[in-house]
Amino acid sequence: MILDKIQRLGHRTLSKCAAFGRSGQILFQSIVARPAPMMMLPLLIKQIYFIGVLSLVIIVVSGAFIGMVLGLQGYTILVDYGSEQAVGQMVALSLLRELAPVVTALLFAGRAGSALTAEIGLMKATEQLASLEMIGVDPYRRIIAPRLYAGFICMPLLSMIFAVVGIWGAALVAVDWLGIYSGAYWANMQQAVDFREDVVNGLIKAVVFGFIVTWIAVYQGYDCVPTSEGISQATTRTVVYASLAVLGFDFVLTALMFGDL
Amino acid sequence: MGQDKPVVEGKALPLDDIIVEIRNMTFTRGSRKIFDDISLKIPRGKVTAIMGPSGTGKTTLLKLIGGQLHPDSGEILLDGQNIPKLNRKDLFIVRERMGMLFQSGALFTDMNVFDNVAFPIRVHTELPEVMIRDIVLMKLQAVGLRGAVSLMPSELSGGMARRVALARAISLDPDIVMYDEPFTGQDPIAMGVLVNLIKRLNQALGHTSIIVSHDIQETLSIADYIYVLSDGKIIAEGTPGMLKQQDSEQVRQFVDGLPDGPVPFHYPAPDLLDELMAGGVFK
Repeated sequence: MILDKIQRLGHRTLSKCAAFGRSGQILFQSIVARPAPMMMLPLLIKQIYFIGVLSLVIIVVSGAFIGMVLGLQGYTILVDYGSEQAVGQMVALSLLRELAPVVTALLFAGRAGSALTAEIGLMKATEQLASLEMIGVDPYRRIIAPRLYAGFICMPLLSMIFAVVGIWGAALVAVDWLGIYSGAYWANMQQAVDFREDVVNGLIKAVVFGFIVTWIAVYQGYDCVPTSEGISQATTRTVVYASLAVLGFDFVLTALMFGDL
Repeated sequence: MGQDKPVVEGKALPLDDIIVEIRNMTFTRGSRKIFDDISLKIPRGKVTAIMGPSGTGKTTLLKLIGGQLHPDSGEILLDGQNIPKLNRKDLFIVRERMGMLFQSGALFTDMNVFDNVAFPIRVHTELPEVMIRDIVLMKLQAVGLRGAVSLMPSELSGGMARRVALARAISLDPDIVMYDEPFTGQDPIAMGVLVNLIKRLNQALGHTSIIVSHDIQETLSIADYIYVLSDGKIIAEGTPGMLKQQDSEQVRQFVDGLPDGPVPFHYPAPDLLDELMAGGVFK
């Protein structure tokens, strides 16, 4: 009984190690096997459209509402201390440092990550990946690499858009509806936000999250069991693993960037 | 060629010009031995069929020849090159000499018929688009689907999809074309079209065809040489005429389509009466 449990634990551990090794291999080979620029460009543009442009609606709408909520909550708390002028500063720092990269990554995992996994998984189930191999085309080069690079490129851009729209949404609530002096809103923000400390660190986070989410998504698709149930489980795993990894890495990055460690 | 198996005497084909040779290959999946030390030779320019009951590893054999799977031991030689020993780059170069028709067709769903057939040409050659257009139209004409050039894979019937996949498989005029169950799930008309097409293309283009199938009559009608697989071994080989004269029980059961025999109809199980009498719920 105990031996069985130990055996199962050992088997699980080995399986996880093997899976981690396979995901590393996929990442390495996709980066090494990057297609020639002339071949890569059209594939990359197509993936940027599917991963980035088609995610814009959810990013813009979410950014606007989260910014509006931040503006409203910030105002109701700060007004008690007579500091409602600092809403702009609070909104900008929250968005740039934390909310924009983290929420964008979570939304990105839900929309683009799951779509990537399902697409690659279906290509595997319908033998399109095997067919590519038999035609003499490396699927890492043709399928995986453009999606990985598109993910790296799109995430920081989407995160920036999220932050900008969020700040604008907060301004709409705090300045236009609640009547905070617009000069104070923008001037306090300008004074408090440091480009290197806040904007660049936020972007670094977005790049790391983009890398993690896309890596998990393409690996889960490529390694899934090629059945409808297998694809469905892989898609779920993408969203769960990517979300947890983003939140975990956010703490690590925050500690490194702002924790004086 | 081959090993311990009941083969009728004499060979009708000259087997000195071999394009693919498998030597003492063993392949296991999990704890199951799919191939147990098999050896076979595929003659150049001929139609060779790999037949056998479902689950005997026919498709696996094609994947081994294509280098998508690696054997545990033994050699798979394509014109002297040992496929399992090739590195990834060389393997992709060798695959340019192969075409494969997958059971599902495996057309790229984001491309129309034209782009699917043009894909291998665009990837492996630097031909101008004008010339690619002509080649694609000729290949589609050969499979009778020139009129479907603009359709998407989702708009094709199963038979049409397989013919488009065939056009794609031969688009680079490969030395070997491998067909994985080309007749499965086809209506009688589509099946007849595919049978004729495979034979005609083999004669016209002079490539080597390897057909994996369990459709006996259709395969026997076009194959020049046949291997019958069962239980990880080659149980018979020869020309269609030779195979029909076989008196081995295993081969007769397969060729005549008998439900029970050396290859049992039932998956191994305890006695039915004992199991029913035992009662209880299924666990």
